[in-house]
Amino acid sequence: MTSPRPTVVVTGLGATTPLGGTAEETWQAALAGRSGAGPLDASWVEDYQLPVTFAAQLATPVTEVLKKVETKRLDPFAQYALVAAREAWANAGAPEVEPERLASSVGTGIGGVQTLLTAWESLRTKGARRVYPLSIPMLMPNSAAGTVSLEFGARAGAHTLVSACSSGAESIAYGLHLIREGLADVVIAGGSEASIHPLPIAGFTQMQALSTRNDSPETASRPYDTDRDGFLLGEGGAILVLESEEHAKARGANIIATLAGAGVSADSHHIAAPEPEGAGAARAMVDAVRDAGATAKDLSHINAHATSTPVGDVAEVAAVRRAFGADADHMAISGTKSMTGHLLGAAGALEAVFAAQSVRDRKAPPTINIENLDPAVDLDIVRDTPRDLPEGDLLVLDNSFGFGGHNVALAFGSY
Amino acid sequence: MAHTEQDILAGLADIVSEETGVDASEVTADKTFTDDLDVDSLSMMTIAVTAEEKFGAKIPDEEVKNLKTVGDAVNYIKANQAA
Repeated sequence: MTSPRPTVVVTGLGATTPLGGTAEETWQAALAGRSGAGPLDASWVEDYQLPVTFAAQLATPVTEVLKKVETKRLDPFAQYALVAAREAWANAGAPEVEPERLASSVGTGIGGVQTLLTAWESLRTKGARRVYPLSIPMLMPNSAAGTVSLEFGARAGAHTLVSACSSGAESIAYGLHLIREGLADVVIAGGSEASIHPLPIAGFTQMQALSTRNDSPETASRPYDTDRDGFLLGEGGAILVLESEEHAKARGANIIATLAGAGVSADSHHIAAPEPEGAGAARAMVDAVRDAGATAKDLSHINAHATSTPVGDVAEVAAVRRAFGADADHMAISGTKSMTGHLLGAAGALEAVFAAQSVRDRKAPPTINIENLDPAVDLDIVRDTPRDLPEGDLLVLDNSFGFGGHNVALAFGSY
Repeated sequence: MAHTEQDILAGLADIVSEETGVDASEVTADKTFTDDLDVDSLSMMTIAVTAEEKFGAKIPDEEVKNLKTVGDAVNYIKANQAA
């Protein structure tokens, strides 16, 4: 089936995550089944009596890769986006592109929460004159997209989609549309989040969203396990360079995969709980596959949202079944949050990086920490070690869902 | 204990370096903030407030824009520091 709209390809990957300082380090650690979890700063835990004492912090501190002035003038979430974007840009071969044909699309769940709280602290303890003058541009959720636009001279637009834990994936879907609509030739797209701070931890804890396995952080995130008890909070940034096939071919770029399709829907059910039947999530998945001009039979792997919450994991399983019926039996399902933790607004972007790497290397990454598979999970979960994907053209899906009822699915294919 | 001109220049050089990333040795009395040191108005505010705290000299907002060079700032702080 030929279509008049441009084909969109992935030419660069970048990430800084709890598993590694680059997209490739992160991927190798994921294939090896490593966990990025570890204990939190002890003074925090004492000062605020946090019920959760662990998280998945960056493997490579940004201070090792950014200039001091960059770490001073940017909120950590914008720093993570910048680190990942520089890697992705270099990985893409630093494309030559007209500034007016280059856009950024970098989402986040919360934005500059650490800057906000630091500024509040300065105001309370030292007065208005001691609030850092860059506080506002640092804390605004669009500062990552703006920073990336500034870094690479992107003048076609700098976009920030905020849809909680699907922000990263939705920002990539938006990049796809920008190129298809002819509004840009290249889009630097992804997500970032830096919410490992006592307040978000306290807030998530009060929602009973986080795992409380303080004595065993590395086994806390266990999607699909009978005894899963919430997610592991992570942080990081992940960026893809998206490009029209024509533009990529003209410059002889290395093409990693196609971004073949996207599906977006909303549950309109509850502000934080997934709709248990999974109708909205199923619609996003079906739409992504249809948008890719494919069918369920073409789909061999799903990088699932799978956060390790009691309700969410089985709601997604129900949605996969609803979307693909018996065809779901031949799909390898991976829950990489078992290793990375939940990067919130960066999660969908990191899992999109994984999906592209899965296409490139023909491997589905493992899901770790499943001791007893929940009997409600009737899908083929990739456990403990990576799985080789079948021969021929591949199609893989990246699912992301977010508080607010957001559902996003991205379909990546072989080029 | 009043700060000497040299103290103030050294302290200011550190503050500017911290805020802009330029090397402290580049921050000399003859340099202009805007053209030579690439300090924008937001950074200038930060530098002024940090200097206030460090040297105990009030630098009102309307005075900040009159400080064109590093030397101007040193002189202002020297003349207005808390005795």
